[in-house]
Amino acid sequence: MFDRRLIQYFDWGLAAITAALIASGLSTLYSATRADQINPQNLIFYRQMIWYGIGLGVMIVSFLFSYRKVDHYAYGCYWLCILLLIAVLLFGRYVAGSRRWLILGPISIQPSEVMKLGIIILLSRYYSRIGTVHGLIFRDLVIPILLISIPCLLIVLQPDLGTAIMILLIAGSMTIFTGIEKKTLIYLLVFGAGACPVAWHFLKGYQKQRILTFLTSDSDPLGAGYHIIQSKIAIGSGQLFGKGFMKGTQNALSFLPEQHTDFIFSVLAEDWGFWGSVGVLLLLLLIVVWGLNIAHGCREPFGVLMAFGISTLIFWEVVINIGMVMGLMPVVGIPLPFISYGGSAVVLMMTSVGLLLNISMRRFMFE
Amino acid sequence: MTSKPENILTSQTPDNDWYRKRLMVAVWFIIPVFAVLLLRLFYLQIIEGDTFRKLSENNCIRLQTIDPPRGLIFDRNGILLVDNRPSYDLGLVVRDASPLDITVQNLSSILMLPENEIMELIHAKNHKHHSPYNATLIQSNIGRNTLAYLESNRYSLPGIVVDVRLRRQYVYPHLASHVLGYIGEINSGELKGEAFADYRPGDVVGKFGVERSFEVILKGQRGGRQIEVNSSGRLVNVLSTVTSVPGQNIYLSIDKSLQEKAETLLSDATGALVAMNPNTGHILALASSPTFDQNAFIDGMSQEEWDGMIKNPMRPLLNKAIQGEYPPASTYKIICAIAGLEDGVIDERTTFFCPGHLKYGNREYRCWKKGGHGTVNITDAIAESCDVFFYQTGLKLGVDRLAFYAKAFGLGSRTGIQLDGEAGGLVPTTLWKKRKTGVLWQGGETLSVAIGQGYNLVTPLQMAVVMSAIANGGFLVTPLIVNRIENADGEVVDAVQPVMRGRIPLKTKTMQLVQKGLWEVVNGNAGTARIAKINGIDISGKTGTAQVFSRKSGSVEKEDARAQHLKSHAWFVAYAPSASPQLVVSVIVEHGEHGSSAAAPIASELIETYLHTVVR
Repeated sequence: MFDRRLIQYFDWGLAAITAALIASGLSTLYSATRADQINPQNLIFYRQMIWYGIGLGVMIVSFLFSYRKVDHYAYGCYWLCILLLIAVLLFGRYVAGSRRWLILGPISIQPSEVMKLGIIILLSRYYSRIGTVHGLIFRDLVIPILLISIPCLLIVLQPDLGTAIMILLIAGSMTIFTGIEKKTLIYLLVFGAGACPVAWHFLKGYQKQRILTFLTSDSDPLGAGYHIIQSKIAIGSGQLFGKGFMKGTQNALSFLPEQHTDFIFSVLAEDWGFWGSVGVLLLLLLIVVWGLNIAHGCREPFGVLMAFGISTLIFWEVVINIGMVMGLMPVVGIPLPFISYGGSAVVLMMTSVGLLLNISMRRFMFE
Repeated sequence: MTSKPENILTSQTPDNDWYRKRLMVAVWFIIPVFAVLLLRLFYLQIIEGDTFRKLSENNCIRLQTIDPPRGLIFDRNGILLVDNRPSYDLGLVVRDASPLDITVQNLSSILMLPENEIMELIHAKNHKHHSPYNATLIQSNIGRNTLAYLESNRYSLPGIVVDVRLRRQYVYPHLASHVLGYIGEINSGELKGEAFADYRPGDVVGKFGVERSFEVILKGQRGGRQIEVNSSGRLVNVLSTVTSVPGQNIYLSIDKSLQEKAETLLSDATGALVAMNPNTGHILALASSPTFDQNAFIDGMSQEEWDGMIKNPMRPLLNKAIQGEYPPASTYKIICAIAGLEDGVIDERTTFFCPGHLKYGNREYRCWKKGGHGTVNITDAIAESCDVFFYQTGLKLGVDRLAFYAKAFGLGSRTGIQLDGEAGGLVPTTLWKKRKTGVLWQGGETLSVAIGQGYNLVTPLQMAVVMSAIANGGFLVTPLIVNRIENADGEVVDAVQPVMRGRIPLKTKTMQLVQKGLWEVVNGNAGTARIAKINGIDISGKTGTAQVFSRKSGSVEKEDARAQHLKSHAWFVAYAPSASPQLVVSVIVEHGEHGSSAAAPIASELIETYLHTVVR
């Protein structure tokens, strides 16, 4: 089973980019949590280290076997994710207005994070079988649309609108990448635009309110809008060279909300300034392009689609998260890949990188 | 894509080159998006960097919340019962108070608080969101003189902030304390619940009574503002404001003067009283004795005061009118009479001979009247409360048919009044007993149930609903505590409409017989509540004496020889005027011994007050 060529073709470049991102993430987390008064000093930092340890194990497992096995188990993975999403609605822990965490003994996982990879694997398998150069027509799309709607609906019920939109973005990107026939695409867009007001009509008052708050969140001066202002002050005050590692004042005085999860980029930008933030942003761009390059080198539709899907996952998360902390996007609970604190997100990213390595090192090997 | 013929010859499955072209498109899509992020970063950090650096140095953008005034509570005539009064709270923003020791010295002399106490407050670690930019509360509710002095010496007191907050004020201490309830700081248990998702630690929330059950109406909507302050913490600019929405005002159905009267009448007793309009279900007075001072919950009380309240055997914090479950005693005979008449086991001509006891099995069940009532018919039996008559009726009916009628009158389930913690009472059936105890129903138990003395439990409010149904011709009302809800501008938001839970289809004859019996209780020659008769007003009612201590044991000791806590509870339920009822009253006096002597006079005096003074 083990082949010497695997070492020969190992993608050291991807491993290096990942290591660099993890290093900047951990150091920023160390800086972000030093002023935390609720948790003992740096407990969060050490937890994240443990998660990366687990993530490393999962990553190694996910490139040891051939990714073609993933193709085989794609539906199983998908339905397992759905089961987890149902379980979280029934038994999940209720925190600050929603149910997102499933407690399994000493650890808690976020099934909606896992679902992101679940939908990538499922669509890679499905589209790799039906893709044609003429593009998919409506009949081909009925089943994928159904399979995308189920997890989206379950996640909206938690409620976690941000992650649901994230899954729609990934699934949409993959569908368009596979190719849709022009007329079908137009029909879909028109139908989608027409369905919104109808769906709106059926929503209850508080649901409408929730969506409006979501869309106009940065204009809410007491909630998200205030957070955005503080985040912009933190980023802007970093100026060219930053205030220095662990010297950010906005962060130290707890003016930043969620400074170790969703708003961690503001801590980074405050500490390291323009050069540091640009460096991390370029690393993130590099890993996305690297992923697309892996897709480019792969010769099987399934591998191409999976590598593409993972790249879009990283791309959308980066764009939405950094766009949000800089006041360009609505405030959504989307973590910044490799940088934000969060066990499920860490393991998800490490698995994704493991799968990219997997595709990359087997690009010349066929069964 | 190349020309068509080629596609037809080759496969339609996309090949690598096809995917590769699409991947290149994706790269061209991604790069501009990242460029936007970079440009934004450049704008924030390089172009606007100086501005943001200055803002961050003073940390001058802060958030202030604006708490909405809680809704007020009025009685039915618009008399203000619960108000908000301003209170001035003195706080200190430690970061702005420099030099700190001198500020504390000055404060200490003005407030006459020892310096070390102030320092302790400042250094208290129990503030979860403790930040040097948040004010630490030094003293709440400072007087106006202190306030004026502080204001004029502001320059020597950097960092002090005076927060005007509204304090809840119960205008008439003790009045309707169980209806109005009280508020308090939200506790950690409540914060975890989904119902309080948008509350924060330190918020106040209704804890009891209307304050609690109408929390959503009363609380209003929090507002706030983003402000810019200078380096000494003074406001220089308001960046944006979200106005708060005041809570809505509640107009109760309670009549303040009648409530006062009810509480005065009950003041020497432990017990409860409900006065209700039988036609609409509007509650005019709802009293539970002893009462408590709601303001004590706002001002804060000592551990001893609190212990005194919860350990008091008279249980002042219990709303006995809706939470107290008592054996209905002879008031239950109304149900028994209706069940017998409706089911046809008795009619107006049915008579039983009462020798003062009934032998059933090998036991003797006694009538309250030792010598017996002789031969009695249904109206006599109600008027004189003859136990033997209802033993016989109950035996003919059986406990389950009796329970059917009791439930039809709403017993055994909550009335649905919008006050929290309402008890549902208990209507025993054979099935219930089998489930509960595993033992089969004994025939003798039916006898006890028929005179309201077995497992039955009712609340005074439930009995008021039963009497209303008799008074209004069989409609089961839902008791209402609120007349209407208005917003802060005085517009009616909700005009509460009476709700009927249904109509009990009783024969006219049944109704007439029972109403006649109830009239004779007060007005007949042998009625048990002749003491309650008032000139000019016809009252119909029923007495009850609920034994706390079993009479079946055969002991013949006198009631008044017993210890207070073993004495019977006194019931009286009534409506008036008999011909066109306008008021139903249900009274229980715990350990008051006899319904006729302890409870009936209270009810009749209240009815007199209502019909003679309140109505006009």
